[in-house]
Amino acid sequence: METIPLPAVQLGPILPEIIMTALVCLVILVDLFLSPSRKGFVGFLTLVGLVVTGIFLARMVGQDTRAFGGMYRVDDFSTFFKFIFLGVTFLTVLISFRYLKIEEINLGEYYSLLLFSTIGMMIMASGNDLLTIYIGLELLSIPVYILVGFLKRDLASQEGGIKYFLLGIFSSAIVLYGIALIYGYTGTIYLDGIREALGKTSSSSPLLTLSIILLTAGFAFKVALVPFHMWAPDAYQGAPTTITAFMSVGTKAAAFAALVRVFMVGLGRSQDEWTILLWLLAVVTMTWGNMGALVQSNLKRLLAYSSIAHAGYILIGLVVATRTGIASIMLYMAAYLFTNLGAFALIVLLCRPNMRGDNLEDFRGFARGHPWPALALVIFFLSLTGIPPTGGFVGKFYLFAAAIDAGFVWLAIIGVLNSAISLYYYFRVVMLMYMEEPTSRIQTSNSFSLTVGIAVMVIGVLFIGLYPHPFFSAAQTSVAGLLKGLPAVALAH
Amino acid sequence: MTNVLGFPILTYMVFVPIIGAFIVMLFFPREKTAAIKNFTLLVSLITLALSLWLLPAFDANNVRMQFVEQYTWIPSIGVTYFMGLDGISILLIVLTTLLTSISILCSYKAIEEREKEYYISLLILETGMLGVFVSLDLFLFYIFWEVMLVPMYFLIGIWGGPRKLYAAIKFFLYTLVGSVLLLLGFLALYFLNANPAYGSGELTFNLLELYKMAPRLPADYQLWVFLALFVGFAIKVPMFPFHTWLPDAHVEAPTAGSVILAGVLLKMGTYGFVRFNLPLVPQASETMIPFMALLAIIGIIYGALVAMAQKDVKKLVAYSSVSHLGFVMLGIFALNSQGLVGALLQNLNHGLSTGALFLIVGIIYERRHTRMIADYGGLSKVVPIFTVIFAITMFSSIGLPGLNGFIGEFLILVGAFQVSKVYAAFAVAGIVLGAAYMLWLFQRMMFGNLDKPENRNLTDLNVREIVYMMPIIFLMFWIGIYPKPFINLMEPSVKNLVKQMELAKAGKAIDGKAFARPVVPKSPPGSAREIVSKSFRSAPEK
Repeated sequence: METIPLPAVQLGPILPEIIMTALVCLVILVDLFLSPSRKGFVGFLTLVGLVVTGIFLARMVGQDTRAFGGMYRVDDFSTFFKFIFLGVTFLTVLISFRYLKIEEINLGEYYSLLLFSTIGMMIMASGNDLLTIYIGLELLSIPVYILVGFLKRDLASQEGGIKYFLLGIFSSAIVLYGIALIYGYTGTIYLDGIREALGKTSSSSPLLTLSIILLTAGFAFKVALVPFHMWAPDAYQGAPTTITAFMSVGTKAAAFAALVRVFMVGLGRSQDEWTILLWLLAVVTMTWGNMGALVQSNLKRLLAYSSIAHAGYILIGLVVATRTGIASIMLYMAAYLFTNLGAFALIVLLCRPNMRGDNLEDFRGFARGHPWPALALVIFFLSLTGIPPTGGFVGKFYLFAAAIDAGFVWLAIIGVLNSAISLYYYFRVVMLMYMEEPTSRIQTSNSFSLTVGIAVMVIGVLFIGLYPHPFFSAAQTSVAGLLKGLPAVALAH
Repeated sequence: MTNVLGFPILTYMVFVPIIGAFIVMLFFPREKTAAIKNFTLLVSLITLALSLWLLPAFDANNVRMQFVEQYTWIPSIGVTYFMGLDGISILLIVLTTLLTSISILCSYKAIEEREKEYYISLLILETGMLGVFVSLDLFLFYIFWEVMLVPMYFLIGIWGGPRKLYAAIKFFLYTLVGSVLLLLGFLALYFLNANPAYGSGELTFNLLELYKMAPRLPADYQLWVFLALFVGFAIKVPMFPFHTWLPDAHVEAPTAGSVILAGVLLKMGTYGFVRFNLPLVPQASETMIPFMALLAIIGIIYGALVAMAQKDVKKLVAYSSVSHLGFVMLGIFALNSQGLVGALLQNLNHGLSTGALFLIVGIIYERRHTRMIADYGGLSKVVPIFTVIFAITMFSSIGLPGLNGFIGEFLILVGAFQVSKVYAAFAVAGIVLGAAYMLWLFQRMMFGNLDKPENRNLTDLNVREIVYMMPIIFLMFWIGIYPKPFINLMEPSVKNLVKQMELAKAGKAIDGKAFARPVVPKSPPGSAREIVSKSFRSAPEK
């Protein structure tokens, strides 16, 4: 009788994910035994758990291991992104404490869903075959669907949740269909295998093109690329602000991690098929996102459109598809993490029991009574616009540099002009804060953890802006690792 | 790395203001306005003293960069912290520190709300401006170039006039669009230099290294780079037809903002042309002479004509800036040493005379709260000191011999004449128009009947106002009567620049088409695209 060979199970490479899963169980368990007034402890527990995970993750730097028969790959690329995910979750929890009390959200579920989603992201970044990536995607998305609609008594939240859910599962199905077609075409779902199979057939086929289009469309839904962005403004506006912050950075980072791995490793040999497609998506996305943001009167909605535009900028890195381009994506994500979470943290600061604090009008005259938070928001907006000395500038600088380097001059020109336009809507808020008189005294719901969170983000933005070297070197190393050992690759130097 | 003074004076000078700003931000309560004002003034005076300290230590005959500081900053892309100055920038630095101190002094009474933020903005602005003039690394330059926009935006937007919001965002958007294209131009130069076919093959934003590429860079690339830099700098100057933000910004900005805008910010554009366009892409600069001269002349004539039609004093002065900066651009694109020295000197002159004009408008506005020319008349009978100072400033602006404006305009005309008699002829027409609108303005405001009752009780200048006007008046006479020390400071550097450009053009003889971008071998299916993949590799650590 023939025995089925089972791959040796190595748990080492997925240790951070295991710790995270244990943490989720612990959070649910502890939550059961806490009286409602002391549930804040769950948040602290989550923070501690994230730090512990981070310590274990730090020990994996420099590794390049394939586990579970090649389904899972732990390399510097995935580790870099996992740090971003942990950072997103950490900062989200930090800005959540007071907010959850104001919005009367049940704590245990909130944290455990957040953590589940983070695990999904980690799996996505490490997934080395299409199904693992798909599973990561689902694990990431499903908790977020729930979290978006978490404000049970708020109709906007319900609407956003339902929209996001329906379009989300639809896009998941599209991804799955794309995976199926690729499997049909190449006979494998492993990225390395796909690469090899595509190398053997030099001619392109409609089937391959179709599958690439489907995969792209599916991922485009997740990162809200135009024209697959319809859900984003509603979901962003309706969701609890902390969740908006979380998904605007986390989901995007995870989807880009997977996109890069699938396209660079798996579909790297069919670059001619997807470059033009992504080029178009990038141009349309940044332009449309910026145009949409120009007319918004709600800051969350404005940031939703701005986040669409930023997805467009980030996509430039993948269009370029050089090492520099990919490293720029990673650097940009790191800067975007601090910047965008920071902007949302300011909305959280303005949130009060009877008011969401997310209308532009709520910021009228804000700088008068609250100079420090206003200054922080200016710094975040400068970073989002891409004005030095902020991380956003450095991120854009590298992206556009990569584009020019690879000969995509028009893409760079469209990109810089778009970021100049974006100044207008970001600084409309700055104008309201500094140049208008407050209509009434503005109350904030400040708390120690929120202050710490905002301070960390300001420092992060400025640090990357003034000294990006360590981040960019780490990104470069990761990209080198990601593309290392690929068969027949003409990667000079 | 040491200089003759034995300490990194440029770093100190650039960062003293911003450190002062942080101290104000953190340690001064907002009610203590007097303390904030005095402390800010002190910081700006320290900066002024540091910049004056440069003058005796500066060796004018040495055409190399002086007081150089260079440290590794972002080695992976070849960015260094690289500062230094030469004869082209040194006077602009002193002008900046002088005008900043004066701006602070002139705001004591004019700004009565949110003083803390106001003085913080001024100090951050000073750091940005000084940084622009001393940066010799494109990345560093760009950071200062953009950082400066933010405090200026706040100065216009918070303390400005009735249409301040419109003016502030217009100023910011216009200059930002120019800046981002400028950045693309810088990146293009950077990657061209990284390509061994044209440059050293090194990855560097070091301006002096990039200069070396000029002889080998093909004409068509030069032209593209020129255009990218042109948009960035021309918006800042501002050259016709990119000038429309200027009248709005000037009119709405508070007095100090206008003084700094006219006195320093506009000079960054002209400085940019001299520091970047001419030496980096000399061939394109020469090709573009007719185009640039045309725009400059249109600016001169158009600015003067529009100025003549203004009813608002401040707007008149704003349009006169367009006209005067046209002169400066004409001098620069004469591309000879007379024209360039004249342009740089006129840069300085314009900073002094237009700065002074805005101060004068500010002084009278503080008293009467109107800027309409029609609201004045016969003031010479009420405010004699004011009249004298206004008259001197006006004559300086017109270019009366014996005052500073004459020397600059004369040199520019000499330079332009060598290029084309037509250019010079048009420029002379501009001078005549300039005299016309200024004299007419002076006549309408200062002479005639004192028929408005509100003007009868105007008070003359107080001590503070005289104190801050004096250095400017003094310099106007000095430059007008004995310009030699100023010209001596600039001339060797300018001559060197002209010589380098000649050499670069002589060494060109490269047909752009024959030397197009090296053909990249078609990448085998599946490869990640790596074209000039040398870029971004780690530069050797020091």
